[in-house]
Amino acid sequence: MTTCNYDPASLPDLLPLYYRRLFPFSQYYRWLNYGGVTKNYFQNREFSFTLRDDIYVRYQSFSNQSELEKEMHKLNPYKIDIGAVYSHRPNQHSTVKSGTFQALEKELVFDIDMTDYDDVRSCCSAADICSKCWTLMTIAIRILDRALRVDFGFRHCLWVYSGRRGVHCWVCDDSARRLPVAARSAVCEYLSLVKGGEETVKKVQLSDPLHPFIKESLAVVEHYFTQYAVLGQDILGSREWGSSMGLNSVAQVRKDLLSYFQTEKNPVKRWERLKTLVNQRRSTSKKGVHAEKEIMLQYCYPRLDVNVSKGVNHLLKSPFSVHPKTGRISVPIDLRELDKFDPFEVPTVSLICEELDHSKREEDDEEAKENEKAAGERRRIRDYKRTSLAKYIKVFDNFLDGLERSRRGELLQKSDLQKDF
Amino acid sequence: MQFSRKRKVFSSAQVEYGHCLQLYGQPPLENITLAEFETFAVERLKLLKTVENLGVSFVKGSEDYQKKLSSEITNLNFPYKTEANDDRKQLTGPTEYEKRRKDHISHFILRLAYCQTEDLRRWFIQQEMDLFRHRFSDLPPKYKTEFLHRNDLQYDTISPDEKEGLMEKLVSSTYTVSGATVKEQDFYKVPFQDALDLVRLRKVFLRQGYAYIPHQDIVTIVLNDFRTRLSKALALTARSLPVVQSDERLQPLLSHLSHAYVGQDYSIQKNIGKVSLEQIDPLSAKSFPLCMRQLHRALREQHHLRHGGRMQYGLFLKGIGLTLDQALQFWRAEFVKGKVDADKFDKAYAYSIRHMFGKEGKRTDYTPYSCMKVILSNPPSQGDYQGCPFRHSDPELLKQKLQSYKVSQAGILQILELVKGMHYQLACQKYFELTHNIEDAGFSLNHPNQYFAESQRLLTGGKEVKREADAPPPRGGQSVRAPDALQDKPANPKQASAEITEDLDSLFQDD
Repeated sequence: MTTCNYDPASLPDLLPLYYRRLFPFSQYYRWLNYGGVTKNYFQNREFSFTLRDDIYVRYQSFSNQSELEKEMHKLNPYKIDIGAVYSHRPNQHSTVKSGTFQALEKELVFDIDMTDYDDVRSCCSAADICSKCWTLMTIAIRILDRALRVDFGFRHCLWVYSGRRGVHCWVCDDSARRLPVAARSAVCEYLSLVKGGEETVKKVQLSDPLHPFIKESLAVVEHYFTQYAVLGQDILGSREWGSSMGLNSVAQVRKDLLSYFQTEKNPVKRWERLKTLVNQRRSTSKKGVHAEKEIMLQYCYPRLDVNVSKGVNHLLKSPFSVHPKTGRISVPIDLRELDKFDPFEVPTVSLICEELDHSKREEDDEEAKENEKAAGERRRIRDYKRTSLAKYIKVFDNFLDGLERSRRGELLQKSDLQKDF
Repeated sequence: MQFSRKRKVFSSAQVEYGHCLQLYGQPPLENITLAEFETFAVERLKLLKTVENLGVSFVKGSEDYQKKLSSEITNLNFPYKTEANDDRKQLTGPTEYEKRRKDHISHFILRLAYCQTEDLRRWFIQQEMDLFRHRFSDLPPKYKTEFLHRNDLQYDTISPDEKEGLMEKLVSSTYTVSGATVKEQDFYKVPFQDALDLVRLRKVFLRQGYAYIPHQDIVTIVLNDFRTRLSKALALTARSLPVVQSDERLQPLLSHLSHAYVGQDYSIQKNIGKVSLEQIDPLSAKSFPLCMRQLHRALREQHHLRHGGRMQYGLFLKGIGLTLDQALQFWRAEFVKGKVDADKFDKAYAYSIRHMFGKEGKRTDYTPYSCMKVILSNPPSQGDYQGCPFRHSDPELLKQKLQSYKVSQAGILQILELVKGMHYQLACQKYFELTHNIEDAGFSLNHPNQYFAESQRLLTGGKEVKREADAPPPRGGQSVRAPDALQDKPANPKQASAEITEDLDSLFQDD
């Protein structure tokens, strides 16, 4: 895998091949068409493309799959973003009376970006990630996916690796797509525990009683915390541990720890000590009783980019778009295998193009025999199956099947209701 | 619709007001005089303005808030948790019926005035909701139930078995509810979309998309109903507005009423070109409110600000008079000192600057953020420097910052005390007074650009300030507006407007 290094300069050469032979157009259309239940759902969807030299074209829209394909073959976009479903076709937005062109629906989306964790990870910063800090994304997905399903009752959450340093979530249930802005922002606030910018050190404040949602989230964090934060990031090893954890408010605990740390260097024991001290306080004082929980959440709780989630018209990078800097494909993540997901194993566009080349040579002869026209679509399916993209498309297929099943269920219900008359 | 005709055609059919609180389902159908029309409108506006001011200065629902709001309602003769159906003639003052009638009619007049733009609607809905919440919460339980019945508001309750099973979760997700009270009261199960206020604050138990709401919080769902209805009604009203506006007696009145709501929005470009880029550094130390000073400093140090910060600071700068060219020059010069080169700036950032000035996209000329907006709707997250330093800083850091800006120890304590009470704008005003060495700022602060304007007036316009000191104290730009607005009007309905202007003026004088 590592043999195939990606070079951003090769992108213009690889993209045509990727879009022509590998991009899963039929699944993509199947997703965004949502069974064609609502009229013009696909036709009124905004796509936006980033072309070479950062040229940005918004408000693209297409009548059907083949029109989308044609345009993408022509433009070979460096990056694809998906926007809202509008009241009119986005590519005609300038022809309708101003004010009437409105964003009506969109998936409820979440964007989690590793840069937002810079104050709590010591391994990397900014756009860099490593397998150590990737645990943060695993935790984020576990916490949010549970809450979206169990608390909010959503069933179709598609998790996607962004291609570089984060993950996206597309909640595709009918009810989620129809949520108004106010509801989206309320969901975000419900899900946000880490609050404050550069002028706030202690970003998590808990108060009694702990909401069931917080307890559930803590249970997830606890599962990873010792391994990831105490050992991996060695959060009690850095010199500023006391102030960066917001322990200033519980000065006594801090003082006791300071002397304990003089002799005890083992991080796990240090953390145990901190927990014990905080617990001891619980009987005597009300202040800071959740200190250790607050630390755990501050270091591990998902940090959402709420602006992305709130706006119906906000654009988000599409699944299966290539990340132009890393060359990695934005692939769906299989939650059953979440702990094994490794962003560095996600195929780059150069790798899958090379894989395709290899297999192609072997089967070229066979190919020649087939009727060109009928084989077009079938060939593309076989094409991606020969590359390491296959297993990710499989995840996507499963997700789409799930959507389809609920849609059928709902249709059945509706027709049953009608028979009641 | 009826709006255009109600003062002309309908006979004074007596409306039944069976409850002191209403959902304003039916518009009033009787004739009223122009004079009454005006008084009602102005007095309700005054009430809503109080609702807004109290919401800024006090925690909503706190004792002080409740007390002050109740007394304002009573003073202005709006109905307030009185005995139902009390139609006795009192010795002084209007009867309960008259109060309810006024509540009804005045609400509908303001709908006309506040349905025109998104901004106005939002403001109106917000204040009406706060008012409704207060009035509903203060009702004795008996009247609450009666109100629900009367308006046919029914919600699904959960069975005792279900409640038993969820007991622990219900207790820990609902404030001030113990196991015993959970047993006693009904819990309603509604789609979470109908209880957003509770969801947002995580004050309700959620499962499978349903919120489990204890009877004590039922106001949330009722309020949600109220909001939905009002918001639909406003949209409808807006459609029939042209008919109303063709009435030359009403049109100026209504537009005047709607102008009165937020005071100045600092979008008027009268300052344009009055500031040079070299002045920004010294000005930031002297006349910028803390939030902008913080952003300015972060920008100078990091040579970068993220989107939220660029919006808050960029629009502020536009408000103090930077031209588009200056703004582009300003941001570019700073960004290229950091990781962004000129080319990248032109591609990735210049667009958003031009956008701010209404030169791109849908070409809205964006207005600078008010304190409310800064405090409530644009909170900072990791890597951000925007927001309100009094709201979004750790008290410890705020203290250090104030110390470094040479605020006296006593002053810092006063400010921190205000912050603790969540009076962020008052804290900022105190900061203004301390840094400008004055006893009383003489205005009530609600906009960063207002802070700047007031500061400049003190620092540069010494003469003016002195002269005005004899006259009634200046009121931060707001009172100046009303007469201004009047002059643009056609001559015809001047008289009606003149009267109302006086009323509106006085409205903004008291706080």
